[in-house]
Amino acid sequence: MLNVDVCIIGAGPAGMAAAIDCAKAGASVVLLDEQARPGGQIYRAIQADGHPLGNIFGPDYLRGATLVDALDNTKLKHITEATIWRVDPDKTVFWSQRGKAEQLKAQRIILATGALERSFPFPGWTLPGVMTAGASQILLKTASIAPKQAIMVGTGPLLYLLAAQLINAGAKPAAIVDTQTPKQYLLASRYAINALKGHKYITKGLKLLRQIRKAEVAHYTQATDIYAHSKDDSKDKVEQLSFRSGGKEIILPATTVLSHIGVIPNVQLSRAMGLEHDWDPVQHCWRPRLDEHNNTSLSGVAIAGDSGGIGGALVAEYQGQLVATEALHALGYLDRTQWQQRTQTLKQVIQQESTIRPFLDTLYAPPQQALTPPDNTIVCRCEEVTAGEIRHHARNQSNGINQIKTYTRCGMGPCQGRYCGQTVAEIIADETRTDIAEVGYYRIRHPIKPLKLGELASLTPTGESFIQRYIINQDKNKQDTTNQNASNHDKERKHDNYQEAVHQPANE
Amino acid sequence: MKPEYVVIGGGVVGCAVAYGLLKSGHQVTVLDGGDSAHRASRGNFGLVWLSCKGLDAPHYAAWTRRSVGMWRELADELEQISGESIHLVQDGGYDFHFSETEMQARVAQYQHLRKVLGSDHPYEVWDQAKLKQEEPEIGPNVVGAIFGAEDGHVNPLKLLSAYTEAIKALGGTVITQANVERIQQHADGRFSAELQDGSLITSDKIILAAGLGAAKLGPQIGLKAPVKPQKGQVLITEKLPPMINRPSGIIRQVNEGGIQIGDSKEDAGLDDQDTMAVTAAIAERAIAVYPFLANTRLIRSWGALRIISPDGLPIYQQSPSHPGAYIISCHSGITLAAAHSYLLPHWLENTTDSPDLELFSEDRFELSEAE
Amino acid sequence: MKTDSNFLRLNNASQDTSQEVRFFWEGNEITAQQGDTIAAALLAAGIPHTRETAASQSARAPFCMMGSCFECRVEVDGEHNVQACIRPVESGLNVRRQRS
Repeated sequence: MLNVDVCIIGAGPAGMAAAIDCAKAGASVVLLDEQARPGGQIYRAIQADGHPLGNIFGPDYLRGATLVDALDNTKLKHITEATIWRVDPDKTVFWSQRGKAEQLKAQRIILATGALERSFPFPGWTLPGVMTAGASQILLKTASIAPKQAIMVGTGPLLYLLAAQLINAGAKPAAIVDTQTPKQYLLASRYAINALKGHKYITKGLKLLRQIRKAEVAHYTQATDIYAHSKDDSKDKVEQLSFRSGGKEIILPATTVLSHIGVIPNVQLSRAMGLEHDWDPVQHCWRPRLDEHNNTSLSGVAIAGDSGGIGGALVAEYQGQLVATEALHALGYLDRTQWQQRTQTLKQVIQQESTIRPFLDTLYAPPQQALTPPDNTIVCRCEEVTAGEIRHHARNQSNGINQIKTYTRCGMGPCQGRYCGQTVAEIIADETRTDIAEVGYYRIRHPIKPLKLGELASLTPTGESFIQRYIINQDKNKQDTTNQNASNHDKERKHDNYQEAVHQPANE
Repeated sequence: MKPEYVVIGGGVVGCAVAYGLLKSGHQVTVLDGGDSAHRASRGNFGLVWLSCKGLDAPHYAAWTRRSVGMWRELADELEQISGESIHLVQDGGYDFHFSETEMQARVAQYQHLRKVLGSDHPYEVWDQAKLKQEEPEIGPNVVGAIFGAEDGHVNPLKLLSAYTEAIKALGGTVITQANVERIQQHADGRFSAELQDGSLITSDKIILAAGLGAAKLGPQIGLKAPVKPQKGQVLITEKLPPMINRPSGIIRQVNEGGIQIGDSKEDAGLDDQDTMAVTAAIAERAIAVYPFLANTRLIRSWGALRIISPDGLPIYQQSPSHPGAYIISCHSGITLAAAHSYLLPHWLENTTDSPDLELFSEDRFELSEAE
Repeated sequence: MKTDSNFLRLNNASQDTSQEVRFFWEGNEITAQQGDTIAAALLAAGIPHTRETAASQSARAPFCMMGSCFECRVEVDGEHNVQACIRPVESGLNVRRQRS
């Protein structure tokens, strides 16, 4: 089995930065990522010389080019198209690449799995044509495809960034349906100092808004009661988006709806690994418990970037360097002085870049309608479970989020709760008047991404197989009536007696 | 007035007996522990299974057969009261064999059981050809199967949900997040169960159906409750069109379409984590049975803890020192649900229809074994 | 059979015919660009829905484009449950709507 110093999972800014630093210091590094090229989601499809579509994505995107360039020029093992499905506490990492299961053992693991868009359920959100803003951004970056006359709905910096990118691309959205309310401005004002300190982000944001205004994109504000539907009851694609704004009901024709209400850490892997998590009331999401050097509750495992708490691309990069420093020190590639120096500098700069966060998080807090959607909204897309069903069980004291998962199948589908877990928790918290931190989250199980049984079987350690001895015996000639057979018979009978004593054949 | 009962434990065992008692006209309160407790009722295989049960313990084989024979009635009733389908299919099941020798050894066990019970305890030997007819997807490594005509499977999560709804519909009370710390019997013979928050729930009689939790509470009411956890690991695949017609002890296609695969028996204490080595071995064996599974995607794997007594058989016992207190414990809570709902109430109330469960009492465990 | 797409391919990307990849959707030929994922190609080609759900046969289409939501599953050369937003297009692929 491949044995390395450092295994980094995720080739976004955090993963790339960590990989570069670790490899440069002489550690043996494996960088694993699901995509064919590095960049993660934020720098998706960036090339060392930019992007074929030029500057439509804005200046921040191009920073990715520097990282990718540095990565390409660093000697390390970058395994692409690797779908990670399991990481064990002994730091064995399992992944599949084109249908073949692989594994490695690492001394240190760095998780850099980034963020997911916060789920924004509303009636009709499962209709073809409704997708996340991030999805549209990925289409733009990877395939130069843009939606015609998109209706954008929600809130958050990415929404406005994408609007500007679409305008730059000549595919201006038809409207922005903004869910933000004055209350959020009011609450965010308590972080005014942070806003001042992080003023460059504010400037950026204002610039985007100006651009959107200049392009004369219709902007509806304080939108509630959002509903996507088809015209007749065909339900085979979205045709209209209705909502309330300015005291009236408004219906817009919509063939593509792009929704977004912010991003949350992708904790699928950290949860499956059994790491500790805490509820962050300001970011309104769960995040892995990290010490001041981004070490998790499992020794030798650290997290960098958005998957440890939303901080943005720049913070991700610095955190990548921070966890690399930590790993290199633990492995003996850095002495204590170097470690202290680097860590101090990095922590400072991370602190600086993070001051804007509470302001942004509060300003763009998710709207209540997304957290506790109406009864007829599908909450679990995979198993088609509605908010009403979840409320019914919560009202009947169904004993918590995992019990509700058991009763409704919510969270048992292929996405494993990525798009319903938080909503279910919010609904339970709301119905039972419990703190969402108490409600908790689904128990997340391996594999975090599906793999074929044949692949899993191929990893059966010798000596652990249930079936091999039978196959070997069957291959032998069957005319066996020797002592060999008789002693096998005795062995088998003993085996059977044992089996009965503990009552098999299955755990009914 | 019929005695009121408190049932400690809201899993399938507690719910089954609670339901039965409610039907008999008793007042019942079920105290169910928290969401993150080890809950065998959530992790099991969903089999309604007679095959291979009690081949060396005829009383257990007979008891299981009685339950299996009443399962259809239970399913119909629960579906009617709760309005939910529980997807019982009782069309027979397989005990697959990969070696002629082992299969013949099993046959000998059934023949012996039939003799001892003086019954037509069901088993049929199906060779490879017959098996291939019934299960076109069966692989060449399976030399044959013992077919159990009375076996079946059900959706265990729906079963639990239906029981809960039925209990409420019959006027029972279910208190969730209710962790019992102490049980006491008072001078008048009544019991009180003290919860973590200090509140007391009182009743005439009390049943310990708390799975692994019985080990701690049992001694408080004079019961040994010598139960230990035994881990079993399970896999579930993506949903597929119907590929497998009947369940076996290790593989079944659930009503939603995924294929559920097991299992293992491990002594791992309270660790219910699934492991690479075991899940891989389980996958390997499953592929030997149904080769198409090699290309089927695994969606999830998990471990669950069975509640195992020293001989693996159920425990039904009234406390010798605290009359009115009972323990009900088993690892086949699904299969025995019908017996628990329809027959145990008679045993609890010592009516004329009371089944003879003497052989399932704790007395069979010598103190040294029970530790 | 080309339906009117809700998406447009930005100019510089669609000019180079040597970058075209042809594959099949439900038996009909689709032209995609080298480097497209199946999901991107289907959206660009105006395919309205790519899957029907198991529980209610409801129409679904790609949603997150990053491999997390599993909405975009299609059947590729007979293989079920292939995430279209992860799998790149290849010449001659036989892609079908996933039904259950």
